[in-house]
Amino acid sequence: MITLLTRRLLQAIPVLLGISIITFFLIYYLPADPARLYAGPSATVETVDRIRHELGLDLPFWEQYLRYMQRVLSGDLGFSYRKQIPVTDLLLSRIPYTLALIFGGIFVELLIGLPVGLASAVARGQWMDRVGMFIALVGVSAPPFWLGLLLLYWFGYLIPIFPLGGAGSLAHLVLPSVTAGLGGAAWYARMMRSSTLDILSADYIRTARAKGLRSILVILRHVLPNALNPIITMAGLDIPWFIGGIVLVERVFNWPGVGRLAVEAIETVDVPLILGTVIFTALVVVVSGILIDLAQGYADPRIRQGRQS
Amino acid sequence: MTLRSSKSKMKLDPQRKLITELSVEEAAAQSEALSLSEQSGYLAMAWRRLRRDRTAMFGGVLVILIVLVAILAPTLSPHDPVEQFRDGLTSGGQPVPSTLFTDSDLNFPLGTDANGRDLLSRILYGARISLVVGVLANLLAVAIGTFVGSVAAYFGGWVETILMRFTDMMMAFPTLLLAMTLVAILKPSIWIIILVIGAVYWTWIARVIYGQVLALRDRDFVTATRALGAGRLFTLFHHILPQLLPTIIVWGTLGIATNVMLEASLSYLGIGVQPPTPSWGGMIHQGQSFYRAAPWLVIFPGLAIMLTVFAFNLFGDGLRDALDPSQRGRG
Repeated sequence: MITLLTRRLLQAIPVLLGISIITFFLIYYLPADPARLYAGPSATVETVDRIRHELGLDLPFWEQYLRYMQRVLSGDLGFSYRKQIPVTDLLLSRIPYTLALIFGGIFVELLIGLPVGLASAVARGQWMDRVGMFIALVGVSAPPFWLGLLLLYWFGYLIPIFPLGGAGSLAHLVLPSVTAGLGGAAWYARMMRSSTLDILSADYIRTARAKGLRSILVILRHVLPNALNPIITMAGLDIPWFIGGIVLVERVFNWPGVGRLAVEAIETVDVPLILGTVIFTALVVVVSGILIDLAQGYADPRIRQGRQS
Repeated sequence: MTLRSSKSKMKLDPQRKLITELSVEEAAAQSEALSLSEQSGYLAMAWRRLRRDRTAMFGGVLVILIVLVAILAPTLSPHDPVEQFRDGLTSGGQPVPSTLFTDSDLNFPLGTDANGRDLLSRILYGARISLVVGVLANLLAVAIGTFVGSVAAYFGGWVETILMRFTDMMMAFPTLLLAMTLVAILKPSIWIIILVIGAVYWTWIARVIYGQVLALRDRDFVTATRALGAGRLFTLFHHILPQLLPTIIVWGTLGIATNVMLEASLSYLGIGVQPPTPSWGGMIHQGQSFYRAAPWLVIFPGLAIMLTVFAFNLFGDGLRDALDPSQRGRG
């Protein structure tokens, strides 16, 4: 397990470095002039030049990148051009909200997705399976921001159970979590169904049934743990999309998270803030990937041993 | 790595036997005849399976209908999608709701938007943007993904390492955030959006194709082709890639669904196709500030997105079942 963890951590370093280089490269060739934006519209050419020099924006690409990375490694992500606040402080104030939304969304995904998929597989071909899978396919096809606005309209405005956006209490978290999780729930239901169907036809399930084990016990003890393995792998593929979805959900509900910060940063060409938010989200994706690999190793001893040898 | 090379060595022996037993021309002729008859029989069978699959056919019909709507938008639309009508707003300056069930002489079947434009016409025209972006971006993604995935798997070695590490890195980028940054830098226009979506979506296809080529490259027909003196690129493009056609077709359909959704998401964030050109995501972007007073501004464009994505998903799923019967048992 330790070997697996170290290997994955070492593999993560080039990925993160690569992402920071690509993002830096993209911003380096940004047609907008960050120094002009920083100085404001009324600044003279001399002021803009001076600011460009002070920010190091007149240096060649590699020098700018190395200087930036040197500071990043000591925990300094620079100052936001727009807000004149350290990017690290801005991120730290937003991260708890985004993490809450991520966990809320995953909770909804698994809570709805897995039981529906399992039930669909067990009742294969019956009306429950057909209806469940039809709804799942519709759920996969519905844009999350649209679902969010509909939920806001129904459960925030027509029947005012939940607040109309913003953050602050647990009630604020409900609609955004449901929005973030519904699409994924539909996806996991489909995956869970096919994964369960594969297991149901296995010999050891027939054996368990033949020796007279109750149906519910067969499913809980023999089918469920094995069906979950491929689902853990699937979760790894889902993460980048899920995080992308979070950006949309934060926009719909005016949720003060990192995603909204990223959108604002991109809209106002706030270079240090763009870099900070992109590197943070990439970090979340990479760390989730590692956690998923560990979970997989934990759930399936074959993987753990195969990777160590 | 070591595992793979030892496997290919083991497979070489029966291979040599096969080629020495038959003459080279005989072997080639046989394999060609076999693959030809197999192919046509296979496609005919796939088509039969597809026709029997009622949900897939329903999806196919929906896809055709949506394409027809996009093409015939000028004939079907009651109004010009960008014309702002003076009676398109109520006396209070609010959007007009559907006039279908009212006595008024106005003709706005789905109501108007905040600028007094006919919503139905805008949705019909919006199909054009969604389909053009969805289809072209996906063609690009499939082309890049197939190229990267197959070259990496077939050539192996450092080519494989570089290409697949790069693919992994691109996959760790949150897709939407990467697309947003790119579009913001390059200034949104329909061509830029097509390029950007293609440039972020290819990684998935590359992964799938990579796995398939890896499984094919040590097969007998590849060794036979190489033994006959065919070059590596020739073998890859003329003998391996045709085998991947089912996968490419399936992803060519399912990917459109994802790309339509990506385009709508970008437009919803205000960095997609710019107004006044009607795009479904952009219409929701503009309509969301009125969602309490005029919910139809959000509901109808969203339904259009959902229906389109649903149609391509349904048809793509059916294609996969039909083209790859090994997956059939799950359906």
